[in-house]
Amino acid sequence: MAELTALPLFGVALTLAVYALAQTLYRRSGSVWLNPVLISIVAIIALLLAAGIPYKSYARGGDLITFLLGPAVVALAVPLYQRRQQLWRHKSAILFGILAGSLASVVSASGIAWLLGGSRDVIISVAPKSVTAPIAIGISERIGGIPALTAPVVVMTGCLGAVCGAEFCKLIGIRTHLATGLAVGTAAHGIGTARMLEIDRLAGTVAGLAIGLNGLATTFLLPLLMLLFK
Amino acid sequence: MIRGFAVLLSFQLFGELVVRGLGWPVPGNVLGMALLLAALLVGMVRLEWVTEAAELLLTHMALLFVPVGVAVMLYFDLLAREWLPIVAATVLSTFVVLAVTGHVTQGLAGEKAGEEGGDG
Repeated sequence: MAELTALPLFGVALTLAVYALAQTLYRRSGSVWLNPVLISIVAIIALLLAAGIPYKSYARGGDLITFLLGPAVVALAVPLYQRRQQLWRHKSAILFGILAGSLASVVSASGIAWLLGGSRDVIISVAPKSVTAPIAIGISERIGGIPALTAPVVVMTGCLGAVCGAEFCKLIGIRTHLATGLAVGTAAHGIGTARMLEIDRLAGTVAGLAIGLNGLATTFLLPLLMLLFK
Repeated sequence: MIRGFAVLLSFQLFGELVVRGLGWPVPGNVLGMALLLAALLVGMVRLEWVTEAAELLLTHMALLFVPVGVAVMLYFDLLAREWLPIVAATVLSTFVVLAVTGHVTQGLAGEKAGEEGGDG
């Protein structure tokens, strides 16, 4: 059994099977809380723990799937190119929206952690929470956070934004696909973007743009803010 | 399809090369995205070479985050130690960002922006 679960085949097969089931459940139920990413993560963790399979065995296959995130990020150039005229027309709204979001994210995340008595490690590690995982981990390292803490915080943020980002935007009077897509992409990076791509192509495209730009903005903004609060 | 993946992976590789060579604090795939966009704009890469592969990856992008999320199980004890500031900061700050970005964008672009070409 252990030999079988140590094959890359195991992680790939398990991930695809669980995700396919979660997607069916999501479509049948129509409930945003049954977000397939969230459900799959919870189900796979529960299965691994119940069967006593170490994460390392699962990761042999899981890493093959994660690998495709690289070309997927590069592929975001395609919808950007296809929508270039529309995006260019709203360039200042997009730019300032993302900059404001990046600043709000860092200040509110660290501020709330500080108010609730979080340790210095926690305050710093949650700061890049809205940045896509590969960038956030790099930022966390550079500013003296714990990357191992930043990673799960980033994933939690993404799931939350995917589950209720679009609904929350509607609730507070954000009506356009442009603003909703940008808000969810800035707040919830790739996981939020994946959900926006399901809702609307334009919303998904600007969300994808926000992943890259928020990553860049936070990369440069956070070390500057750290200087202020030293 | 194969040509599409070859282009995407080549741009990612080139992005990694530049980032590592110059020591930039940006991931290679993000630079790869910027470079591919530039190549499409100047006509070095034709759109039809990459659409199929890009569509496939973007349609199923959510799936690609599942293994990243499963890695959370490695940090359970770390999360348990200071769960309140961590969870509260994550949840509340996510809503703050949604509100700030959404309203700034909508305020600057107008309430009709993005609807003209929206496809539902």
